[in-house]
Amino acid sequence: MNHEIVEKNIGLMVVLIVLVISVAGLVQIVPLMFKDQTTQPLEGVEPYGALEFAGRDIYVREGCYGCHSQMIRPFRAETERYGHYSLAGEFVYDRPFQWGSKRTGPDLARVGGLYTDEWHEIHLINPRDVVPESNMPAYPWLAERAVDGERVQHRMRMQQRFLNVPYTDEQLDAVPGELEGKTEMDAVVAYLQSLGTAVSQRR
Amino acid sequence: MSSFWHWWIIVLTLANIAAMVWLIKFAEKRKPGEPAAHETTGHVYDDDLTEYNKPMPRWWLWLFYGTIIFSLAYLVLFPGLGNYQGVLGWSSAAYDLDVDDVEARSMYGREVERIEERLAPIFRRYAEKDFEALAFDDDAMATGRRLFGNECAICHGADGGGTRGFPNISDGVFSWGGEPDQIIHTITNGRRGVMPPHLSRLEGEEEKIDGLISYVFQLAGREVPNEDLIPVGAEQFVQLGCAACHGEEGTGNPMLGAPDLTAGDYTYGASAAAIRETILHGRQGQMPAFEERLGPERVRVLAAYVYRLNREGGIE
Repeated sequence: MNHEIVEKNIGLMVVLIVLVISVAGLVQIVPLMFKDQTTQPLEGVEPYGALEFAGRDIYVREGCYGCHSQMIRPFRAETERYGHYSLAGEFVYDRPFQWGSKRTGPDLARVGGLYTDEWHEIHLINPRDVVPESNMPAYPWLAERAVDGERVQHRMRMQQRFLNVPYTDEQLDAVPGELEGKTEMDAVVAYLQSLGTAVSQRR
Repeated sequence: MSSFWHWWIIVLTLANIAAMVWLIKFAEKRKPGEPAAHETTGHVYDDDLTEYNKPMPRWWLWLFYGTIIFSLAYLVLFPGLGNYQGVLGWSSAAYDLDVDDVEARSMYGREVERIEERLAPIFRRYAEKDFEALAFDDDAMATGRRLFGNECAICHGADGGGTRGFPNISDGVFSWGGEPDQIIHTITNGRRGVMPPHLSRLEGEEEKIDGLISYVFQLAGREVPNEDLIPVGAEQFVQLGCAACHGEEGTGNPMLGAPDLTAGDYTYGASAAAIRETILHGRQGQMPAFEERLGPERVRVLAAYVYRLNREGGIE
């Protein structure tokens, strides 16, 4: 074989490039799709309830992941501040996951139960009311906007149908009723309060 | 990992490395008919541009071989080939929470162990100290400040001054008591305070509401908005059962977390409007429990820090 053959046949070159760059993915990604550790939920991890699900969508919509990670690495400095390091089995119902890659604000992987609902509400409406030094933007509209139950139901049904999230049909039928009268604030707070609670923060 | 994926990873990884070696050897070798090194390739571009056939730079070539040798050494020492654990037996952290020995051997486990070993004597020294002495131990208070900043400041403020809805814990007034045992209990187990709403019994009864507000103002020795209504308020204070929690004198009850109304400064605000809101709609306060998160030794240091915040001079 000669350089010239590859260089003058763009089709062949495409095939060879795809082969070369897929090696790492085949070795590092594909086996994870078949591992219990990454595909089976950790004990105590349940699919998101309707309100949490709605809150999660709002979390994504508002771009929270831009400043908050949800991935505690196994370093003592991190576990000391945030709690037990994150485990793959905690994220099986996160589609897509919200690990993030930048911490302008703190990690939120185990923020569930750490503060009260009331704290979250005050903090989301204006973070500086509780943390004067905070540079987080305010999200006052969350308290005014209603959650669209039908839409959340549709989104959950899609996850049940195409991503095998184990929701029952009865569960999904009840979603619009469950979300009746809920604001986006209720949803986001419920989502935040659910984060990372399957693993205890024992010392 | 099943043996299929085990071998899948091994074969692909090693084949990939072998292919790299082959590729570099192949590219390095002069093919028949190829011009020798430093001759021109024979191509002519744009009338007069020709191209040398330069060999690959030595430093680059050795770097390439270096990476191959590094990768092989790495795969022998560290886990990388399927289920093979590597000669060093290294792991970043245990996945399975129930396998404590893996946790202990992991990089994370060893790091925690190393630091805990260093901290143990320090916390032992703190634990042996009398609570009062602990609160005036500069080292312990430096530790306390870090703990406070990490765990408490987000609600109570960096200086313990609190904010609306989150108690000031540096002013000497504690709803749940400011004695060492009480503070320790509050941090360890958390607290849940409930002020019931009285809207159903007071709706439309403006005189009674204003009377109660005036009465509360009077309890704190503040300038009363409407003195004439104090007797009405005093009567309502008993009738509505306020005295059951706040005490007949309004001095509060730390057993129930009922605040001292004579303090004149309240968690949910002391303006007439704030007091009205509190009486009509009630309040729900929650202090989270920190037992699991911090453990008894750290809780005690933290309690001493909070205690000290309320002593003369406080903490600089």
